[in-house]
Amino acid sequence: MTDQELIAKSIRYRKNILKYIVGAKAGHTGGSLSCIDILNVLYNEVLNVSPENFTSPDRDRYIQSKGHCVEALFVTLADQGFFPESDLETLCKYQSHYIGHPTKKVHGVEQNTGALGHGLPIAVGTALAAKMDDKDFKVYTLLGDGELPEGSNWEAALTAAHYKLDNLCAIIDNNKLQITGTNAEVCNTEPIKGKFENFGWAVREVDGHDVKALKEVFAAMPFEPGKPNLVIAHTIKGKGVSFMENSVKWHHGVPNAEQYEAALAELEN
Amino acid sequence: MKPSLLQKKQMGAPIINSDPNSQPNQDVFSATLLELAQADRDIVAVTSDSRGSGKLVVFGQTLPKQIVEIGIAEQNLVGVAAGLASAGKKAFAVSPACFLTARALEQIKNDVAYSDNPVRLIGISAGVSYGALGTTHHSLHDYAVLRAINNITIVAPADNFETREAVKLAVKHNKPLYLRFGKKPMPLLTEDSSIGFEFGKGRVIKQGNDVAIIANGETVYPALQAAEKLEQESGIRATVVSMHTIKPLDTELILALAEKTQAIITVEEHMVNGGLGEACASLLLQNGYNKPFKIMGIPDEYTVTGSQVEIFNHYGLNADGIAAAVNGMLVS
Repeated sequence: MTDQELIAKSIRYRKNILKYIVGAKAGHTGGSLSCIDILNVLYNEVLNVSPENFTSPDRDRYIQSKGHCVEALFVTLADQGFFPESDLETLCKYQSHYIGHPTKKVHGVEQNTGALGHGLPIAVGTALAAKMDDKDFKVYTLLGDGELPEGSNWEAALTAAHYKLDNLCAIIDNNKLQITGTNAEVCNTEPIKGKFENFGWAVREVDGHDVKALKEVFAAMPFEPGKPNLVIAHTIKGKGVSFMENSVKWHHGVPNAEQYEAALAELEN
Repeated sequence: MKPSLLQKKQMGAPIINSDPNSQPNQDVFSATLLELAQADRDIVAVTSDSRGSGKLVVFGQTLPKQIVEIGIAEQNLVGVAAGLASAGKKAFAVSPACFLTARALEQIKNDVAYSDNPVRLIGISAGVSYGALGTTHHSLHDYAVLRAINNITIVAPADNFETREAVKLAVKHNKPLYLRFGKKPMPLLTEDSSIGFEFGKGRVIKQGNDVAIIANGETVYPALQAAEKLEQESGIRATVVSMHTIKPLDTELILALAEKTQAIITVEEHMVNGGLGEACASLLLQNGYNKPFKIMGIPDEYTVTGSQVEIFNHYGLNADGIAAAVNGMLVS
């Protein structure tokens, strides 16, 4: 896919994220908009995952640790053909499987997530299974920067390096904001790069909205043979809608009709 | 006047183990797992610096590619095991029950049960096996917390036979499972080979129409001793059940015992809150049961320390204590 095609997809994905959040009257708007370019590049350029091969033991795995940004995942999976996009009209509705966090009841979802600090340990186990069975599939997991204080992440970071899981890629959606304020105000986790390097990971930093740069960074895996890969994706919470960008109140803010129209107008231009 | 600690200790003799071939259930677990893993490369033991207490040293030496050491990090132990299981490994996550089911509870709830990753959680040195090490090392909460989680089978085998059968079934049971083992050599409950073992079906070890003693894990043997004592000393005939599976509970058997006997008593190495006894009580009450019923276990108090036997004796979880409780129920 050309970069222009990917950029066009990102715009469509962003519009869909807003559409279904408005329909559900709930959702994690800011974070879904910050991570959507990463999901776009992963599903359209990187992952060997499709509705057809989803039961294959050799498929790549994507595990979304920051489960609350499920809207980004759902619109991407719908676009990949895992289910009709119209299913998302039931988002957060009574008895819908399309709930506020990833669930395996939805075709294409690998793991039920939502509690933070869970994606990386599961991804480590999955990547370890690939190594044990001499399989070539790779395991990707997307973490929010706000979930880094969860201790289980650091336990798993040790294990990933211990077992030399260079088939594992953790991506941090580093939008630098969480529900209470900036990461720095809440619990300063910087320097993230230095911490992971000291834990034995190979780390690359990238503009998390630059599809070309994202393609290149994923193509460069493993960054160093024998080391797990970390991509620190520098992103903007609420990216694409000026009044949502870098604003904590859009962590799970839902646009009203006027804001929705204004957001769509911005995205279309 | 309440009996003193010394008087309480003297009330019950230590559990007498007359079976010279008996081994700790957790040793039988590791030996059985090794045997099965030699024929199945997908069986993987995942440990948290626990291969010594889990008796998995030989397993690690024999099958080094089938053991994953995590280090002392129980949350990660369970999360990694869930990932392994999701990719087709028969992952046995082995850790002291006290840590496994408390520190890693959210991973059990979400990564194993909710995500339906078929991890076999192995709680070793369970209950008060680590008696003298204190409350940090006791697991008297595990039945209660796991019973409140959907999609997990909870099993506490009583003897070496039940343990072997449980491990064999665990390999085939491709669903979330918790097995709980202790450290003390456990004598065979019966040599009657017609009493089989399957998850969710209690084993009737002894038949009697006066009272039903429903126990599990390491309390079944003293329950059986109590039944023999009751029969010899008072002519009271007890049914003794090893209710190894707490969830799903063998409701059919319990309701049949409610019909057949005059009283039911449950015995468990767990706090009286939320365990086997309350599971039975809930079932019985909702089915109109109105005969004498008693739950024996560890009371909701700052638990006394000592060896497992001393703690059992302190709380009357021995032949004398259980027999006395039954006598009290039938008299009243």
